[in-house]
Amino acid sequence: MSVINDSVLFLVLRRMRAPLIVMILIYAISIFGLVLIPGVTADGRPSPPMSFFDAFYFISYTASTIGFGEIPNAFSYGQRFWVTVCIYLTVIGWTYSILSILNLLKEEGLQRALANNRFRRKINNLSEPFCIICGVGETGALICKTLDQVQMRFVVIDTRSEPLAELELGDYVADVPALHADAQLPATLLMAGLRHNNCKAVLAVTNNDEANLAIAMNVRLLNPGIPVIARAEHAATASNMESFGTNFIVDPYTLYARRLALAMRSPPSYRLVEWLTRVPGTPQPELHKPPTGKWIICGYGHFGRAIVQRLDSMGLHDNVRIIDPRPTSPDDHISIVSAGTEANPLIDAGIKDAVGLVAASDNDINNLSIAITARELNPDLFIVMRQSSSGNSQLFEAFDADLTMITTQTVAHACLSYLTTPMLSRFIREVEKQPAEWAAELLDALSPVCSGLVPFVWTTRINRIKTPALNNALLHAEQTIPLSVMMTSNRNRDIGLKLVPLMLERAGQLILRPAADMPLHSGDKIIWAGTRDAWNEQKLTSSYVNALEYVITGHSVTGSWLGKYLNS
Amino acid sequence: MNLEKVVFGFFIVLAATLNFGFFIGDIARPELHHIYELFAAIVVNLIATTLKFGDRTQIGAIHLATSLVADLQLIAAAVTWGFAVHVLGLGMTPEITASVVSLSGGALFANVVSVILLIAETLMMRR
Repeated sequence: MSVINDSVLFLVLRRMRAPLIVMILIYAISIFGLVLIPGVTADGRPSPPMSFFDAFYFISYTASTIGFGEIPNAFSYGQRFWVTVCIYLTVIGWTYSILSILNLLKEEGLQRALANNRFRRKINNLSEPFCIICGVGETGALICKTLDQVQMRFVVIDTRSEPLAELELGDYVADVPALHADAQLPATLLMAGLRHNNCKAVLAVTNNDEANLAIAMNVRLLNPGIPVIARAEHAATASNMESFGTNFIVDPYTLYARRLALAMRSPPSYRLVEWLTRVPGTPQPELHKPPTGKWIICGYGHFGRAIVQRLDSMGLHDNVRIIDPRPTSPDDHISIVSAGTEANPLIDAGIKDAVGLVAASDNDINNLSIAITARELNPDLFIVMRQSSSGNSQLFEAFDADLTMITTQTVAHACLSYLTTPMLSRFIREVEKQPAEWAAELLDALSPVCSGLVPFVWTTRINRIKTPALNNALLHAEQTIPLSVMMTSNRNRDIGLKLVPLMLERAGQLILRPAADMPLHSGDKIIWAGTRDAWNEQKLTSSYVNALEYVITGHSVTGSWLGKYLNS
Repeated sequence: MNLEKVVFGFFIVLAATLNFGFFIGDIARPELHHIYELFAAIVVNLIATTLKFGDRTQIGAIHLATSLVADLQLIAAAVTWGFAVHVLGLGMTPEITASVVSLSGGALFANVVSVILLIAETLMMRR
């Protein structure tokens, strides 16, 4: 840190050399002149010139434009001539110096050095766990907002200054250190705290696959202990990232195709996953039931391919029709070479008896055009649209497709659920294996808890650090402590908290929807869904001995020495 | 040849020579130590100090330090002189002269260190 501070100081000193030398010379010349020129006494006779001290004194108050009127004697004409010169010289000197300082302050190099200094200081002072977010476009901004809500600290890096300025104006609870630099450079990541003890994860969510790849690679090499979450829109990037062990690769298209397949197979399961992965506190998405039958896929890019693959694996191979402007596309599927924006190719593809359509091209306007034409031809069609830019949100909302795949949101939701609740992705994998009835049952259990909003999802680990009181009780208690302890209010133990245990992990074993009377063990990991208040209360119960004691036994205990004394 | 290096070397050597010129002579005889020479030494020393600003190297730091020492000593000498003549009204007695000249002697030592550093730096630069 001090190295950078020094560099600012040295930069200022270096730039100030010329003005300082000018000032020294002007003073020296002025003083020397006054020392040479003879003065005059009150009665007009010549007197010896000023001494060095008098001259320095006079120039000091004249040059600084203080204009202190005290002079030892009235001046001779010779002295007056010279003082006139001195006044102009010194004023010019001062003006030059002040302008130089102002210029220096405006200079971009100094500004950047100062900003970097501030940033570094902020990072050094971060005492809570934080993650580094590279890229604050639409995806990054959404992630920032949500992380701030769940009280997680983060540092952002972006090459563009506008989103960073917007971030500064944004309404964030915590201070957000922001760095205007290229995250592909190792020095940038190191400056952002990649080797900081509290750095917990790095998110590479720029909209450039190459940059994300470079960031993931940098983190792997510079600090292999830190998980990287990287966005990859192309299959090649994803497999490249996988090759060097990127922890979590977010491929929005494959992810969405998988979810769509889940929605077709079991709508309640899809709904459950949506509830658990969306931003907590937002309205719940409605129930969608994409039908199985003949599907038309417009656009056979990465997204289209991912969907066709899923449909194939569901045994809908013969019911898939592909429309794509490139003739090179599909393998043994019935396909039509066209953009799909006109009616004829859609009719050729069998729009009249199709059940669903995916507008999957990478052009938002084309997708809208396809969807509008298709809906006119077959109003009952289930339409899935891909939206690439959030700038077109109003258009997509006005059209109101059955499902809209917003790339940036899909990425953000995936990153968030990985960051905030690492166990969630495992739970979702379990959900995908369960039948629709199971999911519907869990939805019924969740509904009263979340009152129309997306619930808050969190993980609890029972250990010495996270849940000290509960862990201690589990290690020392004679009888077993049931899970219901974590589901009860510590103000009134007859009232249950608004939460639902989703899954318990014990020694690698997963128990879905653990029962309330299940005995707890130290080392258990439990994933919950519920309200934020319930989360806070549960945290208190499991870390505060007296609250835990009350919840287990029903006796209200006082912990303080004074309280104990008074009770006895 | 680098003009900046010439100017830099010039001022450092000039600071040392002026300082030496003032210092040389019987320490207690005011007529051997002219005030103009002290003035010139102070000005040139200040300029030399300014020229040394903004160098981050180790040798640059020592350069700056020696120059600051020389400035301090010379300014102390000038203040002693002015105080003795104007405030105390003693004039340049042998005692006062001796203390002024010995202060400038300290500055000379710092300036000599500066010159040695300059030479060392030059020798270290291999072609």
